[in-house]
Amino acid sequence: MSIMLQIEGLRAAVEGREILRGIDLTVPKGEVHAIMGPNGSGKSTLAYVLAGREGYEVTAGRVTFEGQDLLAMEPEQRAAAGVFLAFQYPVELPGVGNANFLRTALNAQRRARGEPELDAMQFLKEARARMKLLGMPEEMLKRGVNVGFSGGEKKRNEVLQMALLSPRLAILDETDSGLDIDALKIVADGVNALRGPEFSALVITHYQRLLNHIVPDRVHVLVGGRIIRSGGPELALELEQRGYGQVAA
Amino acid sequence: MPAVTETIETVQSVTEGGYKWGFTTDIETEFAPKGLNEDIIRFISRKKEEPEWLLEWRLKAFAIWQKMEEPRWAAVRYPPINYQDAYYYAAPKTKAKPKSLDEVDPELLRTYEKLGIPLREQAILAGVEGAGEVPAEGRAPVAVDAVFDSVSVATTFKERLEKEGIIFCSISEAVQKHPELVRQYLGSVVPQGDNFFAALNSAVFTDGSFVYIPKGVRCPMELSTYFRINAKSTGQFERTLIIADAGSYVSYLEGCTAPMRDEHQLHAAVVELIALEDATIKYSTVQNWYPGDAEGRGGIYNFVTKRGLCRGARSKISWTQVETGSAITWKYPSCILQGDESVGEFYSVAITNNRQQADTGTKMFHIGRNTRSTIVSKGISAGRGQNTYRGLVRISPKAHGARNFTQCDSLLIGNECGAHTVPYIENRCLTAKVEHEATTSRIAEDQLFYCRQRGLSEEEAVGLIVNGFCREVLKELPMEFAVEAQKLLAISLEGSVG
Repeated sequence: MSIMLQIEGLRAAVEGREILRGIDLTVPKGEVHAIMGPNGSGKSTLAYVLAGREGYEVTAGRVTFEGQDLLAMEPEQRAAAGVFLAFQYPVELPGVGNANFLRTALNAQRRARGEPELDAMQFLKEARARMKLLGMPEEMLKRGVNVGFSGGEKKRNEVLQMALLSPRLAILDETDSGLDIDALKIVADGVNALRGPEFSALVITHYQRLLNHIVPDRVHVLVGGRIIRSGGPELALELEQRGYGQVAA
Repeated sequence: MPAVTETIETVQSVTEGGYKWGFTTDIETEFAPKGLNEDIIRFISRKKEEPEWLLEWRLKAFAIWQKMEEPRWAAVRYPPINYQDAYYYAAPKTKAKPKSLDEVDPELLRTYEKLGIPLREQAILAGVEGAGEVPAEGRAPVAVDAVFDSVSVATTFKERLEKEGIIFCSISEAVQKHPELVRQYLGSVVPQGDNFFAALNSAVFTDGSFVYIPKGVRCPMELSTYFRINAKSTGQFERTLIIADAGSYVSYLEGCTAPMRDEHQLHAAVVELIALEDATIKYSTVQNWYPGDAEGRGGIYNFVTKRGLCRGARSKISWTQVETGSAITWKYPSCILQGDESVGEFYSVAITNNRQQADTGTKMFHIGRNTRSTIVSKGISAGRGQNTYRGLVRISPKAHGARNFTQCDSLLIGNECGAHTVPYIENRCLTAKVEHEATTSRIAEDQLFYCRQRGLSEEEAVGLIVNGFCREVLKELPMEFAVEAQKLLAISLEGSVG
């Protein structure tokens, strides 16, 4: 079994306040792990620390991504290495066309990996194919990045980006929040389409609902900045029925 | 400007540092003695073999200028300019006036090639025999007038344009060949005494472009002038005059660069546009004069008067400018909307980084009925740059049904820069409608992180966000120019984050 992501003794603070208090987690290649936990347990902090956001200070521990020291890398280097974060609140970029943004991002990553860049035609072909699979209207390519998008459209746009960038490790930060069942299925289809021996995912969620559609290999319960329990998919059901308080106890 | 898109890559590899156009051409130059007086003006006029009326016109301007004071109302600061310590005429030495491109000094051709303006290639494309008339793949032909220091060194595509009756040449040539047109229109929009810098220009202007589009003709290609200041301690004072006769259309582009020098150099241009009935003039500028170094040493002082007269009914003048260069930019491309239902537009992007200062905007004078104007200004300040939008919308009592829409957006990068908006609105007509919107914003940390998480470097992210911010303006540029402008925006902001 080869390892995609290994987190050891990770501690992190935001504005001097410790949020992650020693996390150990191993995600083998080809596996999808769910991280569940109540509000304020550190789920989003974990996602941001893995993606390298400024202001999230790692105070102890190490993170290895496919054998590389992830914490030593700039956010864009992590992206090029194959780490993708689907944001809980996707950011608006006024005036920046979605297609232009996607192509710029894709080519930046390809350049960093020493791969040839895609021209506009090659990119459009690729994008259209992915969008068809995701059942997304082509018109979304023409709009500004997330500008005027509904909550559901923003999330679908994150999934489109993920599909195009084909990461090796996808981190979904509460991508299911605020989604109706149709949008939820699109998100799930997007992740499931990427599943394979060279792809892993960390699905961060508050609810069990998403896990009906993305069936995880492992479920971890994050409470108070620590993983307090780990188990198979059935753990998610148990959480749903008994609540975090009971499971934590 | 076809090859301009390649400029950046080409020149980037040649020079180091942020400004990629800072090289100097080693060419023998003929100067008039330093300083400014009637003798210098006579010298310039004699060099250009000008008729007596033009010399008189210049001398009158000089007399007016001497009584004027340099304007101090703009939000720009600079030490006093010593007008006697500059050359007012500098020209590459040539045996005789070149009759064709073959006679142009190869060093000059190489300079323009380096800048991405291959005059020779375009001349071949122009195909005097007609064989080469097909433009290179995917590229629309562009006719170029190349102005080097004080003189026009070459104008391409002239013969093809002449077939349509279009006159496109240097203003010096126009004075010789079309004196009636020059005499009729020169100073008709920007009179000699209009302002301090316009008066100075009127006295000492050396070259520039002249365009006449005959009645009903749609100019078949973009016309462009490429200004290059090369010589040391030299001011450039170009004069451009564009006349679009009834029902005609022309799109005109202007580009400019200068070598990196540690002294300030003065550029005081005048551009006059005249649109007759149903005529349209689209005037685009990508201004990339040397901005000076990070500490504010060197750089061009850009004091420019640009004004268009919509003389005929339903005429239209549209200014688009991307101002990335110069240490100081003082510039207010304006429209006098005299003809009924005439339209004025001003789309502007102005970037100030490091110690750059820009005080720029527009003036829209609504005189005719149902005249309309649109102003979209995007100011970007980074480093210690100071960026001021200054605009005037004046609606005269008889401009019934006039409408103006103004939008001024400012973007701040870092915390040492400044953005200022100074809109003047004077409405003397009850049936007119004037709207003004303004915003100021910053590049947010979450926007940068979002882009970086997708694989963009911080500078690529800033470039993308800034280009998005400027989109409404950039889309007004002819396509090839827009590509150049986008890259230029990113380059101008290098080192502004982090």
